[in-house]
Amino acid sequence: MTTNDLPKERRIILKHADDPNYSNRLSCYLREGGYEMLRKSLTMKPDEIGAEVLKSGVRGRGGAGFPAGMKWKFLDRKSGKPIYLICNADESEPGTFKDRQIMHKDPHQLIEGMMIAAYAIQAKQAFIYIRAEFFEGARILERAIAEAKEKGFCGDKILGSDYSCDLVVHRGAGAYICGEETGLIESLEGKRPNPRIKPPYFPAVLGLYQCPTIVNNVETLCNVKHIMEIGGDEFAKIGKPNNTGTRIWCVSGQVKKPGYYEFECGALTLGEMIFDVCGGLLPGRSLKAVIPGGSSAKILRADERFVGKHKDGTDFDWGIEDVPLDFDGPMAAGSMSGSGGIIVMDDTVDIVEAMANVNAFYAHESCGQCTPCREGCLWMKKITKRMCDGEAREEDPDMLLSIANQIEGRTICAFGEAAAWPTQSFITKFRDEFANKSNPATKKGKNSLQLI
Amino acid sequence: MISKAINDQVTINLDGKDVEVPNGINLVDAVALHGKEIPHYCYHPQLSVAGNCRMCLIEMGTPMRDRGTGEAILEEDGSPKIGWVPKPVIGCGTNVTPGMHVKTESEVVTGCREGIMEFLLVNHPLDCPICDQAGECRLQEFATDYGRGYSRYKERKNVKPKRTRLGPRVTLDDERCILCSRCIRFSQEVANDDVLGFVDRGSFSTLTCFPGKELANNYSLNTVDICPVGALTSTDFRFKMRVWFLKESLSICPESSAGCNTIVSSREGQIHRITPRRNDLVNDSWMTDSGRVLYKQLESGDRLKFPLVDQQKSSLEDALNATVASLRGKKIGIVGSCKSSLEEQFLLNRLAKEVKAKKYLRGHFGEDDGILLSSDRTPNLRGALISGFASSYPKDHLNLLVQALKKNQLETLLVVGEDLIDSNLEAELLSGVQVIYLGTHENSTSRLAQVNIPTLACFEKTGSFVNRSFFLQGFQQAVPGPAGVLPDINILGRLINELGNGELSSDINSIWKMMARATSSPLKGLSFSDFKKEGIQLDSSNWSDFPFVEKKALHFEPFADSESD
Amino acid sequence: MELTKETLQKIDDVIPRYPDKRSAVLMVIHLIQDELGSISDESCEWIAEKLEIQPINVKELITFYPMLRETPWGKTHVRVCRTLPCALRGSYATCQKLEKKLGVKEGHVREDGEYSIEFMECLADCGEGPVVMVDEDTFENIDEKKAEQLAELMLKGKLENSADFVSYEKGLLSETPAKAKKPSAKSKK
Repeated sequence: MTTNDLPKERRIILKHADDPNYSNRLSCYLREGGYEMLRKSLTMKPDEIGAEVLKSGVRGRGGAGFPAGMKWKFLDRKSGKPIYLICNADESEPGTFKDRQIMHKDPHQLIEGMMIAAYAIQAKQAFIYIRAEFFEGARILERAIAEAKEKGFCGDKILGSDYSCDLVVHRGAGAYICGEETGLIESLEGKRPNPRIKPPYFPAVLGLYQCPTIVNNVETLCNVKHIMEIGGDEFAKIGKPNNTGTRIWCVSGQVKKPGYYEFECGALTLGEMIFDVCGGLLPGRSLKAVIPGGSSAKILRADERFVGKHKDGTDFDWGIEDVPLDFDGPMAAGSMSGSGGIIVMDDTVDIVEAMANVNAFYAHESCGQCTPCREGCLWMKKITKRMCDGEAREEDPDMLLSIANQIEGRTICAFGEAAAWPTQSFITKFRDEFANKSNPATKKGKNSLQLI
Repeated sequence: MISKAINDQVTINLDGKDVEVPNGINLVDAVALHGKEIPHYCYHPQLSVAGNCRMCLIEMGTPMRDRGTGEAILEEDGSPKIGWVPKPVIGCGTNVTPGMHVKTESEVVTGCREGIMEFLLVNHPLDCPICDQAGECRLQEFATDYGRGYSRYKERKNVKPKRTRLGPRVTLDDERCILCSRCIRFSQEVANDDVLGFVDRGSFSTLTCFPGKELANNYSLNTVDICPVGALTSTDFRFKMRVWFLKESLSICPESSAGCNTIVSSREGQIHRITPRRNDLVNDSWMTDSGRVLYKQLESGDRLKFPLVDQQKSSLEDALNATVASLRGKKIGIVGSCKSSLEEQFLLNRLAKEVKAKKYLRGHFGEDDGILLSSDRTPNLRGALISGFASSYPKDHLNLLVQALKKNQLETLLVVGEDLIDSNLEAELLSGVQVIYLGTHENSTSRLAQVNIPTLACFEKTGSFVNRSFFLQGFQQAVPGPAGVLPDINILGRLINELGNGELSSDINSIWKMMARATSSPLKGLSFSDFKKEGIQLDSSNWSDFPFVEKKALHFEPFADSESD
Repeated sequence: MELTKETLQKIDDVIPRYPDKRSAVLMVIHLIQDELGSISDESCEWIAEKLEIQPINVKELITFYPMLRETPWGKTHVRVCRTLPCALRGSYATCQKLEKKLGVKEGHVREDGEYSIEFMECLADCGEGPVVMVDEDTFENIDEKKAEQLAELMLKGKLENSADFVSYEKGLLSETPAKAKKPSAKSKK
């Protein structure tokens, strides 16, 4: 592929992220026309904003991909209880680092998006739940909010209107489960971040302090501003039907140019991303596997073929390089686009060690509330660790698969699926590597990187 | 006994069969009404729903409705099309709705149960041989009924603190804990003493108290009752007796007018423990810790075991004859007790009528804790009112008796279970009076009584109490008392017959026939078997303006506060 | 337990931001831990009284979150990311090199209390892995060789000389618009 064929990024959210003449101060944001959309939105009715967001078809960029406009519609506005807006800035999904860029480099975009969203849902107060490891990020956000408050862009009587909404930055303390929306709400209430059972505790009805609450990802809320700028219909034209707007893809792992790239949905395929945009693999290596959506997504094997029918009836027959990068593409290939964290593994990777690494992550981060995840995750970690320490047994792959199948679908929150899917997909697609571990002749692989 | 308004019944489909259940109740309870079981650990009908053990996973579907019109979607044969939820759902988090379809027996459900059972046992220590919970352990029961039957876990188990002292009466074994959080929810919601919590996370989560604090409130042993495994155990009961040897008798706690329903567990005439019995109208599933130790009184050193005449050991016949002699033709005062059963108070009242005695009664009062320890520390004050023994609300003293004694109005005093000296009555006042004492334990009064007749404690006899809500509840004999000691009704019946030429039998059913005769009594038409298992609400209107001391508490509204409806 | 006036003032400022006092507990714990290094049982009781909750409610949180400590880390605390994307680029070698150079095993504090290493879960900067954090600063692309250099600078106390691989964050809080240190990914080898 020549450089002329290189798919072009379309930077809507990250427009100013790498601009050397742009800082995260309010002055720069105003210079580029910032907060005009907030001004415009305040002249509209809140329902009109919600309608634009619904028309735009923007889907949540935190991992679940649920249409944001529909989530806002589920909000219980009749209860008389105060409404809250929470921005989920607890970016902890391995492989994802897009929210970091937004919050450090262009925080006012987030604040404007949040204020528009807060006005649309008539929120009484808005929170940004940021992970504690973003020390600098929290300070940048606090400063940005202070700047914005001074000019009336948030807080009391925003831009002279009747609408007031206070914005509070709340720091987490290093738990992945706080990225789960009800776990986040519990953490914000000051309790242990154990996710709640749904039903009945849907955040849109019984959220923070048992009041209706909307929890949205950083990127989703930033998109709200851009939707208001060009209108919901125009936004829906970007990308593909049902996969509207742009997405920030975070590529990491064994490629030459890992990093964050913003493309329209469906503008490029996985192959184009890895080999063209990211410069391909390191010299002398070949592709073994790709995890397309953060470590919770199912793994895709490099030599797999993905065959099936789309929802509209058309057939598809893809190799790994043909999987389009949007919401539905990886889903059709049997995985998911999740949070957009693409992890690339080449042939030097010992798959069992990679899985041991992932299992150790989930075992460490499990909150321990419900039985299958709590016991199952630690059990899987113990097995894979033992396998990597050279004591694999023949029954281990089947045992792991059985445990993962017993976790999936039986837990309180999606963490159960997030922990089970990697195990299921790794073993199903790379069974030979797992089986070889218990064979004394093959258990010591070539000199691969230590991953556990 | 699941108490919900049963007027609103709806039809649900349970494993292919249509059944009627009350609308809106919890699915676990609904299924139990029809003889099926949804196994569960963390769910408790009287605590908030946690939904964390995942043992109650079942398949559930509801009738489908058209998104746009709201019309019901039908199958070809006209029956409603059921939208089955793709994943199994927890039964305890689901409330019954009309037309709901539930599968508690299917491959998916079996797989769920085996899986969850396996996970629960993965880090569970092999303690059954030394664990008190054996025999009433839900892990054992559900592993047998729903488990896979063999272990596949071949790694090392987690190690946590074992046999720690969680409080003065509760021992905690963290390794056995399955993290159901029942004890934490109980402490927060019922006992109002938020002192338990989980520390660490994941599979290393451990139940604990804050260092320096203890689980010491007066309801701490309820956490032992609701703990589905042997993590929380009663220090008093530890290693005492295997539960399958215990005989269970239904009883009522005599500690206060709350009237907690209890189960007295005994073996070969010895009581080993008392635990609460579920009654949704009185005590939910709880009782006080202080009420549980009352059985120890039966074996205490000051138990009256033999009749005494003039403080000398004598036979029952002699004692009774001496009593009759002291009573016949004399000016008699009878001191009753609010701790006596309703039947005993009725007979005492009848005796008082026969011998034209003056009646005295005192109450015993204390601090009301707003839950199950009421400010009236006797179980049957209302019984004294209903039986007619008392016509006014008893005070916490016996001043009227003191005055009567000072004025030399009495020649004989028949005292049932009260310590007069303790009620600030000076011993000299009794010097010219014949005192007959009927009671279970020695006290200052019994030591200067002319006749002492031992009687049985409430665990050793059958009878009934009326609690603070005017709820009539029966209790069964759990253990036989000391040899030769008779229940009060036998003694009183004998006295009535001797002094009044009556033909009273001491059979409780015949006594009840008499009690249920009076037209104006709330007992009219009742028989003892009516309320042996479940209590009956009595009409309290005759006493609606009495100054009852109890405050608002669990399942109790003081009459003064509640409007008559 | 002694807290400075500034910390006490910050605590009093942060509590009214939330509709419910209990919500402020994480922020209060952070403020106290920033000053005292860890949260002792005594601190738990102080916080519980301040926010009208029970001490066990505070202890539950301290032991749940990895960043909240009952015993303090070293004076200089090093965090190395161990999750898959960074591991694929060699973070295990990085951690072992740092362990060797600083003389302390991961998860422990060196005997003199100077250094501690924590082998953490994903720090959300996977594109520039392996990622190492020293106290509040983020360092990117720390492979085994750079880890050695980083450790040298740490031991000499000259961490600010690490212009080569300090993260873009440094300078984002300064007054003047910072030149982006390197446009990400476009011109990397």
